[in-house]
Amino acid sequence: MELAGEKLDIISAAELGVVSCTRCTRVWPQGTQTCGRCGRAIVARDKKSLQRVWALWLVGLMCYVPANLYPMLQTRTLLSVQEDTIVGGAIELARYGSFGIAFIILFASVAIPVGKFLAIAFLAISVNRPSQATNHSRQYLYEIVEYIGRWSMIDIFVVAIMSSLVQLNTLAAINPGPASLFFALSVIFTMLSAQAFDSRLIWDVQTNPKAAKSDE
Amino acid sequence: MNPAPLEHLIVCPRCDAAYKLKRPVAGERAVCQRCGMVLIAPRRNAGLQTIALSLAIAILITAATLFPFLTIKAAGTSNSVSILDAALAFSNGPLLALSLTTAALIIFVPLARAMLAIYVLVPIVLDRPTAPGAMQAFRLSEALRPWSMAEIFVIGCAVALVKITDLADVTFGPAFWMFAVLVVLVVVQDNFQCRWSVWNSLEKS
Repeated sequence: MELAGEKLDIISAAELGVVSCTRCTRVWPQGTQTCGRCGRAIVARDKKSLQRVWALWLVGLMCYVPANLYPMLQTRTLLSVQEDTIVGGAIELARYGSFGIAFIILFASVAIPVGKFLAIAFLAISVNRPSQATNHSRQYLYEIVEYIGRWSMIDIFVVAIMSSLVQLNTLAAINPGPASLFFALSVIFTMLSAQAFDSRLIWDVQTNPKAAKSDE
Repeated sequence: MNPAPLEHLIVCPRCDAAYKLKRPVAGERAVCQRCGMVLIAPRRNAGLQTIALSLAIAILITAATLFPFLTIKAAGTSNSVSILDAALAFSNGPLLALSLTTAALIIFVPLARAMLAIYVLVPIVLDRPTAPGAMQAFRLSEALRPWSMAEIFVIGCAVALVKITDLADVTFGPAFWMFAVLVVLVVVQDNFQCRWSVWNSLEKS
């Protein structure tokens, strides 16, 4: 890996008295409102960032509840109609011996979404309260959340493929349940919540410990 | 008080660390020392390669949408679906919104990003003045990046197939293979493009 220019002993732009565009990295004098290069609104530190994070986080969490209560899939065969919730479907699979798939479903649809909610909440809280975790580990956590967020949509795609493919007239049919809509909304709002988080806030604690502790 | 003029500074968008700008040569990467973010990663002929990849992506998406994707056979009956059918699986009642979202995530967003990349990069590579609205086009393309989910859809296919194979025979149509190639191209294209270089060229012209 190469270095980014000459090391300035890592001074943040805020300490240098300049602001920068978070999209195209162009630097501007303090007080600039919009980036002259790419047109993005420039905010030295997004104070409202946390409010947006929490608002979207809450909507995501609210959508996650019906996503688990309503059925995700409705399976109709010659003899029966069965409706499965996410957890119910996994338990059903485990009963028939497919422990591997049951585990994957539980991991992807329960462990990861819940972990994401906890991780975003932890990051948002840790900005205002000093925590044990180092800046690097919090940054790493944020990257993981941002990366994994999109992958939760996989459940929706699986339901889409199965319910479009398994349409065998009277023999068998799989149809999506109402939970799929709530699950998709939950994923989308969690992604938006993670995007709303201004990751520069993580590093302010290091550069200016006093400002982080006192209420500004 | 600034030691260097502002054009000669670069600030990490993720952790706000400021550096004096020193452009890496092709093949090298400028990485933030504090948080490890790749700031600049120029490559030789990156523009031309990105255009070629985007063109291939646009063609593959269009073709993959039209051809049969998967076919299922069980006890004499069979059913064949295209990617569009899969995306529109939620088309009854309130789930329609979900159908449109799915179609956008796996077909229209990747297609739009490929076309925007072509629109922005062709004049830059040919050393012509930038296309009208190129800034806005590249901005849109960047905003759409997290919402392009073709690769996730392919892994979703694998999971769905594992679940279905007990129930019935599933065969792959031509669109399946096109989509598999497409995903590789999308991932390669994303890692090829140095965003900083594009912004920089857009600013200069």
